Amino acid sequence: MDKIKKKECKVIVKSENCKGCYLCVEFCKPGALKVSKNLNKMGYYYVEPNEEKSCNGCTACAIVCPDLVIEVYGE
Amino acid sequence: MNKIFMSGNHAFAESAIRAGCRCYFGYPITPQNELGEYMAANIRKAGGVFIQSESEIAAINMTIGSAATGTRVMTSSSSPGISLKQEGLSFLAGFELPAVIVNVMRGGPGLGNIAPAQGDYFQATRGGGHGDYRMPVFAPGTVQEIADITFLAFDVADKYRTPVMILGDGMMGQTKEPVVFPEPIGELPVKEWALRSMGDGPSKYLASLILDPAAMERHNWKLYRKYKEIERNEVRYESYMIDDADVVVIAYGTTARIAKSAIKRVRDDGIRAGLIRPITLWPFPKQILQELARKIKQFIVFEMSTGQMLEDVQLSILGKADISFYGRPGGVVPTPLELARYIYRECQNKKELDYET
Amino acid sequence: MKLKNEWPKHYKREVITHYCPGCGHGVVHRIVAELLEEMDLGKKTIGVNPAGCAVLAYKYFDFDMIEAAHGRGTALATGIKRSRPDLFVLSYQGDGDLAAIGTAETIHSASRGELFTVIFINNAVYGMTGGQMAPTTLKGQKTTTSPDGRNPKYEGYPLHITDIVATFPGVAYAERVAIKSPASIIKAKKAIKNAFQTQVDGLGYSIIEVLSACPTNWKMSPVDSMKWINDVLEKEFPLGVLTDKRKGNS
Repeated sequence: MDKIKKKECKVIVKSENCKGCYLCVEFCKPGALKVSKNLNKMGYYYVEPNEEKSCNGCTACAIVCPDLVIEVYGE
Repeated sequence: MNKIFMSGNHAFAESAIRAGCRCYFGYPITPQNELGEYMAANIRKAGGVFIQSESEIAAINMTIGSAATGTRVMTSSSSPGISLKQEGLSFLAGFELPAVIVNVMRGGPGLGNIAPAQGDYFQATRGGGHGDYRMPVFAPGTVQEIADITFLAFDVADKYRTPVMILGDGMMGQTKEPVVFPEPIGELPVKEWALRSMGDGPSKYLASLILDPAAMERHNWKLYRKYKEIERNEVRYESYMIDDADVVVIAYGTTARIAKSAIKRVRDDGIRAGLIRPITLWPFPKQILQELARKIKQFIVFEMSTGQMLEDVQLSILGKADISFYGRPGGVVPTPLELARYIYRECQNKKELDYET
Repeated sequence: MKLKNEWPKHYKREVITHYCPGCGHGVVHRIVAELLEEMDLGKKTIGVNPAGCAVLAYKYFDFDMIEAAHGRGTALATGIKRSRPDLFVLSYQGDGDLAAIGTAETIHSASRGELFTVIFINNAVYGMTGGQMAPTTLKGQKTTTSPDGRNPKYEGYPLHITDIVATFPGVAYAERVAIKSPASIIKAKKAIKNAFQTQVDGLGYSIIEVLSACPTNWKMSPVDSMKWINDVLEKEFPLGVLTDKRKGNS
C-alpha cells in the first residue's frame, strides 16, 4: 500500500537580516520556526527553522515578515 | 511682432507661457492677482495646467512636483505669500530644481498694505528659507523688461537647475505699457535629470535629506561652486548717464525709474548725476561699483525701504567712497522731485565738507 | 520545489531597512512593490516619500521617487500628476504628515479629485521624532507629549481624516485596513490593489489608511502590537471600505 506522499515544503530564514520581531513565529501554525539561541551581526536573536516541526508551505511567515528575510519553497 | 499695451502682471504671465511654462500654481493675493487670472484664462490654451491652490505653501510644493518632472513651471505671490513659500524655495535649492517665482512686493511687515514697496530685498537675496543656498533674483524696471526677463529667467533656472525669483512691486505689476513679446519658444531640450519614471532603465530619486554630514558638506560645496559660476556669468545692470558722473544713484525696479527722472532734473541744475540700476540683485553688480568707486566719491542708494540694498552697496564699495541713503518704506512711493532735492542737498553738503577739509 | 515568495522587482534587492523590529512600514512597502510589479505599473511610477519614518523609502523602493517636505506629499503629487498625467503617482505618508501638518493639502487634493493614490500609515504616534502625540492618538493613549494619556479636555480627540475625505465627490476609493495578521495583510493588499486600479481607470482620488504597528513607541513587543491593533486601535478606527465609486459599487 502506497503511503500518501507528504507535501514537500521548506522555509529558509536569511538570519543575518532578521530583526527578531518574531511575528513569523507567532503566525506559523505548524510551529516550523523558532527563536535561535544565537545573535546575528545586528545583535538580534534571529529566527531559524524548527527542525522538530515541518513547514506546510502556507507562507504566512513571509506575509507578516516586515524585513523580507523568509523564503518559502514548496510545490 | 506687434506692440501690445499690457500691465506688468499680465506681461509676467504672457512671457512665461511664451517661454514654455506649462504649469502655474498660485494663490490669490493683491497686488499680483492679474498674473494668476491671466494664467487661468490662457495657459490651458497652450496645453498647460493652472491650479488655484489651497495656499501659497501648497502652490510652491506643487511647483516642486512639477519641476521634478522637467516641466517649466511658475508660481507667483506678493510679500506675505512669499514668506509662506520660503520652505519650498529651500527645497528647490536643495533638490536643484528649476522654477520661476514672481514676487510682486507690497508694504510690510505683517499683512502690511497693498501699496508698492521694496522691503523684501533681504528675504529675496539672502535666502529667506533655511540652509546654505543662494537664488538668482531679477529686478525688471519696465513692462518690456518684465517680458524679457521672465523669458530669460526660465533659461537661467534650467541652465543652473535653480529657483529664480523675479522681484517686482505693486507699481510695476499694475502699470500698463507698450510691450513687444519674444516669439514663443519651440521644443525644449530633454532634462536628463528629471523624474520621468524608470521605464526599462534604473530608478532615480530626488532627495534633499543627506544624513551623512560629510556628504551634506559635499552637496553644499557643489551648490557653492554653482553659485560662484552664476556670480561670474549672470550679473546684469544698466548704466545711465554714468560717463561724466560725479555722483551715482543706485536703485532698482520702480525706484530706478523715479531716479532717472530725478537725475534729469538735477542735471538741469548742473549736478552731474548718473544711475546704476542692478537688474540682478543676486548676483549683485559689485564689480562695476568697485570700479566706479575708484574715481567717483559719492553714491546715493535709493529704495522703497529703510535701506536693504544699501548693505550690498556698502559691501561692494567697502568704505572707498561716501554712501548716503534715501528711502520711503511702507508703500509710500517717493516722487522724482523729492529725490532730486535729496541729491542736490547731498551734493551741496559734500561740496562744503570737501571745502572745509 | 520552487520559491513561493519571489523578491519583488520594485524593492531593492536584499535591502535592510532602518525600520524597527515589527514595524508595519516593511510589510506595506513590500505589498506596494509587489502590486506595482503584478499590475505592471512600477516602470511608469513616480512615488512621493514623506518626512517621517518613511523618509528613506526611496532607498528601498526601486522606482522613481522624490521626497516631500513634511505634510506636502499630496501637493507634490498634484504637481507631478498634472505635469505627467500618463504616469502612475503614489504619495506615501504617515499620520502626523497627512493629518496634522499636511491636513490642508490632504483635504484639498482629495477635494480636487486628484488622480493619484495615497497610502496613509496610521500608527497613532509620531514615530521618527520619538513617539509624540499624533492627531490620531487615541483617548487615554500615553505618548511623550501626552504623558498622562491623551485627555480630550486638553488635547482634543483623534482625527478621522480618511472618513472626512471619503465623503468628497472627488474621492473614488477609500478603505481602512490593518497590518495585524496574515489574513489582514492579504486584505490590505487587495485594498491597495483596488486603489491602484482606481487611479489606472482615472476614476478619482484613492486613499488607503493602514493601521500599522509602532512597537518601539508603543513600548510593546511586535506580537503584542498586533493584538493592540486588533483589540484597541481598530475600535477607534474601524476597518472597511469607506467609499467605492468603481463601476457597480457607486
